[in-house]
Amino acid sequence: MSDVIDRPILAAEEAAKSRLRIIDCDVHPSIHAHADIEQFMPKRWQQHLRTYGSHLRTPYIGTTPYPRSSPLIARRDAWPPTGGPPGSDLDFMRKQHLDPLDIEYGILQVLDLFIFSQQNLEFGAAVQRAINDWQLAFWSDRDPRLKASILAGQDDTEFAIAEIERCAKIGRYVQINVCPRANEPLGRRRYWPIYARAQELGLPLGIHVGGYGGHAPTGSGWPSYYVEEHQSNAHTMAAQLTSLVLEGVPERFPNLKIVFIEGGFGWIPSTTWRMDRHFEAFRSEVPHLKRRPSEYVKEHFWFTTQPIDEPDEGKHLRSLIEWVGADRLLFSSDYPHWDFDDPRYAFKTPLTEAERRKIFNGNARAVYKF
Amino acid sequence: MARHIVARTTDIPPGGNKVFGVEGRDIVVFHVNGEFFALLNRCPHEGAPLEKAACVARLTSPEPGVYQRSRVGELLRCPWHGWEFDMRNGQSWFDPKRVKVRSYPVAVESGEELQKGPYVAETFPVRVEDNYVIIET
Repeated sequence: MSDVIDRPILAAEEAAKSRLRIIDCDVHPSIHAHADIEQFMPKRWQQHLRTYGSHLRTPYIGTTPYPRSSPLIARRDAWPPTGGPPGSDLDFMRKQHLDPLDIEYGILQVLDLFIFSQQNLEFGAAVQRAINDWQLAFWSDRDPRLKASILAGQDDTEFAIAEIERCAKIGRYVQINVCPRANEPLGRRRYWPIYARAQELGLPLGIHVGGYGGHAPTGSGWPSYYVEEHQSNAHTMAAQLTSLVLEGVPERFPNLKIVFIEGGFGWIPSTTWRMDRHFEAFRSEVPHLKRRPSEYVKEHFWFTTQPIDEPDEGKHLRSLIEWVGADRLLFSSDYPHWDFDDPRYAFKTPLTEAERRKIFNGNARAVYKF
Repeated sequence: MARHIVARTTDIPPGGNKVFGVEGRDIVVFHVNGEFFALLNRCPHEGAPLEKAACVARLTSPEPGVYQRSRVGELLRCPWHGWEFDMRNGQSWFDPKRVKVRSYPVAVESGEELQKGPYVAETFPVRVEDNYVIIET
């Protein structure tokens, strides 16, 4: 048998004892009780939440169309002993995740209350606004390692801009989050005012997988299984990268940084190779592009690493990292969700010291200006 | 092979498990269908604690639409990524050729026999009417 893996994979790196603190670009906090979030909502929307609840842009009321692989899509060891859902207890998050893994900064990604999938856009906006306040009051204020993102659902673009302005004045958010599954592809011009404002403010645009934009999650329709839907996260990200690049977003907003979160990175090389090939053939259709698509990708986009790909042979992961570029990768764990990646063991191929420093800390430090 | 007496059989209820520190390692012992199984408390994939695993059945399908459940409770489903391991030998059912959880032989012996062992009196209270769980490492 080739490998009984009951030791740190990168034992040599552990032995190096070089202190490299981790920046985790995807940490999911959860609401402990509805009252926590309602205090940040106007009475009108508190009443709405109690009376009507969530209506999503998908089949089924108040839930997702696919049963998840584990309760609340969480690690089974992440339920706090004090009660409440995984990710809802800061002390337990510190004890289980932030402290033992020496997380220098964790960037909060909130998915609660189907944040970007509410059919009622006004209610969705009220939820996003409340969660933006809740992130500071319940997390960033209590642990300065945890950094908040401005959630701004792009289909109500007017609200999104107003919310970005409101939060930017507070000045403590590190990113503007929009949904990868919106009514239209992300490159469409209706969303450009958000990108313009993000560029002016110098805040990266974060795009975390998930959500329902009212369309089937795959280009071929509604799949049967969660395993298929989960697979489609990468397809959605590839479609949105293609849309943003080919519609000219990085050309129009050259200082905008765009971070793809929880989409992994194995799909990027083939997507960019194909875009380049097609661009050479059809550039007259998109004359607004001045450069090959891959060049925009290599300068304007970053990708978080989880869920990391695990080819049968480690050298193939090595190749993926080289093809995408260690400069583009930001480590993320997805704590406390079931597909969590542990920074000590997730990379089943050795990294150079320079690559480790970039992927686990340096790249994120530069993108988020820590 | 060192023998470690870690618990009375009654300390681990049917369907439950318990973790023991043995020579610096955490070993988890499961009690399933009247048998005991001991494994390193650490998934070989990314290190998840197997004590939190779901104990599931082996689910196989010879053809679409036909399903067979067997060995109920004897397969571990990792608490993180859901990889399945056979409690009996640590074999991964996800990728049987490649990854294996280290497993340890477990014996259940009567209290009288335990008194012959070198560690019984020092480490654990012995009551001859009970059975004890021993881990060999």
